[in-house]
Amino acid sequence: MQLKEKISPAASSKSCRNYENNIKREVNVEILSEPKLIKTTATVEKEDWDLVIEPKAGLFAIKLREIWHYRDLLILFVKRDLTAQYKQTILGPLWHVIQPVLTTLTFLVVFHKIAGIRTDGIEPVLFYMSGITIWNYFTACFTHTSNTFVGNAGIFGKVYFPRLVLPLSALLSNMVRLGIQFSLLLAVMFYLHLVNGTPIAIGFHWLLLPVIILLMAGTGLGLGIIISSLTTKYRDLGVLVGFGIQLLMYATPVAYPLSFLKSKSILALVSWNPLSSVVEGFRYALFGTNSYSITSLGYSVMFVLLVLLVGAVLFSRVERTFMDTV
Amino acid sequence: MSRTVIRVENLSKQYRLGQVSTGTLGHDLNRWWHRVRGKDDPYLKIGEVNDRTRMGSTDYVWALKNINFEVKDGEVLGIIGRNGAGKSTLLKILSRTTAPTHGSVKIKGHIASLLEVGTGFHPELSGRENIFLNGAILGMTKEEIKRRFDQIVDFAGVERYIDTPVKRYSSGMYVRLAFSVAAHLEPEIMILDEVLAVGDAEFQNKCIGRMREVSEKDGRTILFVSHNMEIINRICDRVILLKNGTIGREGTVESVTSAYLRSDLGTSSHRNWTDAAAVPGNDFMQLLEARVHNTKGETKEIMEVSEQVGITFTFRVLQPVRKFTHGFTIKNESGLVVFSSHDLNTSIGKEETRLPGLYEVTGWIPPHFLAEGLFTIAVAAFENYGSLHIHFNEPEALAFTVIDYIDGNSARGFYPGRFPGIVRPLLQWEARTIHS
Repeated sequence: MQLKEKISPAASSKSCRNYENNIKREVNVEILSEPKLIKTTATVEKEDWDLVIEPKAGLFAIKLREIWHYRDLLILFVKRDLTAQYKQTILGPLWHVIQPVLTTLTFLVVFHKIAGIRTDGIEPVLFYMSGITIWNYFTACFTHTSNTFVGNAGIFGKVYFPRLVLPLSALLSNMVRLGIQFSLLLAVMFYLHLVNGTPIAIGFHWLLLPVIILLMAGTGLGLGIIISSLTTKYRDLGVLVGFGIQLLMYATPVAYPLSFLKSKSILALVSWNPLSSVVEGFRYALFGTNSYSITSLGYSVMFVLLVLLVGAVLFSRVERTFMDTV
Repeated sequence: MSRTVIRVENLSKQYRLGQVSTGTLGHDLNRWWHRVRGKDDPYLKIGEVNDRTRMGSTDYVWALKNINFEVKDGEVLGIIGRNGAGKSTLLKILSRTTAPTHGSVKIKGHIASLLEVGTGFHPELSGRENIFLNGAILGMTKEEIKRRFDQIVDFAGVERYIDTPVKRYSSGMYVRLAFSVAAHLEPEIMILDEVLAVGDAEFQNKCIGRMREVSEKDGRTILFVSHNMEIINRICDRVILLKNGTIGREGTVESVTSAYLRSDLGTSSHRNWTDAAAVPGNDFMQLLEARVHNTKGETKEIMEVSEQVGITFTFRVLQPVRKFTHGFTIKNESGLVVFSSHDLNTSIGKEETRLPGLYEVTGWIPPHFLAEGLFTIAVAAFENYGSLHIHFNEPEALAFTVIDYIDGNSARGFYPGRFPGIVRPLLQWEARTIHS
């Protein structure tokens, strides 16, 4: 265990003893010597090594204990992301608020006033703002993590730390941004309640909120690390991601409710989008109005698990040698 | 005490040269297709010895090939080799920024590698924030950094600027802060790249001083990669010479350094010209042997500044020569001729016939004369009949290294840093008090 900071006297004497009592055993070792493979038999001493560097890692070489050891680094990366972004700006973190407000106003004009899309009985401002809040969280997580390898090659090439720390830190720093935007959303809800008497639906559906946010984080992380792993050698996919994410928003009920869709085929298409049920679920958790089924929640959960699984496998494969091809 | 802390077994690393393009996609697909059918990677069977100077026939090279070595606890191991010998690849694998193609490395204890200082420094963040960030990237916990924070700031000497963004720092301050964080790492095993030693002289001194401190006082294991013989000589216990991705030689500093010089310059401190076809000389004179030695007559690759250096060469006279002399010219690492000398007792200007036979001549370079570094020696014999008539002139006949231990016995005194000057005489100093 190379994570152990100081070997205690007891532990080191124990390891010495282990070292003295080496177990010798016969092991077949394949040594590649060009041009063909020769099999030789060598005596290999079994010892207690703290770290073994080998060509291939297991399928799931995600070492959670190691990430835990680097938790301080994780926190520092989060801090760096949050503080560095708005250094030398006057408004500072206010920009986290200004961006969703302007987007909401735009949506209000384009989709509500011009296109005349109804909003499921939810106050339009809240409808758009809630959609934008959760969608922003997804895009931020996704674009941030999908750039993990290529964007941080400079650091990765010089020093080792668990690579997953960076995408995880992106998740957390964006969680803080989500917190700010969510607070804004709550503030607007209260304001409208006080001024217009718009009802605030309080109920058990609020308990769904953390689940929905975790689902969104998981989807962003999973898809992000998949893209990141696939783009180290061939960057094509990275180009697609840039505008793909904008297009994806139109296939997700961010600017319109699912109930607005009349065409069967389009409804089916949007329903298959695993993000749809998360966005709808977010609105259900907040307003409790539209129908939300356990099936669509289950669908999202399954999707997140699958994406995280594939992402973890790809990520742990790529992280070992990506420096050679990036 | 001498337990093995690093064991490298059959370590190999293959690289593909050229650009990543659609051509590589074809190879990737082929590789994938072999794997699906349970076959070996077809591109691992090809690949050439990594000699960057020759154009290869395939795009695949072995940057490292079947490397085996061990490092004991508390040892300072130097790794030398020419550019492209595989030093950096070995470093990358040891510091886990890339994985090997074959083989394994086993490590006991906490390892930290320093391939660069200031990794992850963010220009917008203050010095304080960057110390924590950089420390954490290098594997320290917040508590460890907090404990050493004052030391780090003190060592860097940037107290006044500690809450200023590092982009406002002078480049010197930036490097000092970055190095200071790295210098306060306390791993059991440390991997250092010589690129650390670039920068101003003060920084180099701090770097080297800290390395000596870490290795001597704290007894830590250090792997040091360099092609600077001076530093290797001063710090390392044992040296590995990498050559085209394989271990060329392994052993004491002196033996490996001389092997390196032989492979790099094609010369060493002792040479014989046995091949009759290639022997330097003409019908009158032939150079047979040359060597560098100390006052006891022992052939040496490495001489101390305080030692007298003997240059001896043996030649054969085939036909009588008359207005004749022999001498040598000594050049330092940068190719500058330090001096040239020839024997005045022989017959230049005088008429004195030297009859056929075997002769040995020695020239003595006084102690406290040459500075540190690698020197090459050209030996020559010629006659002067108004114009020079050269019998032999072997440009890089010999090479040797002069080192200056910081033991107070040379002009350097106890100063550990970079000491300037082409020569290093030990002067007599007089001091008088005029007024006090």
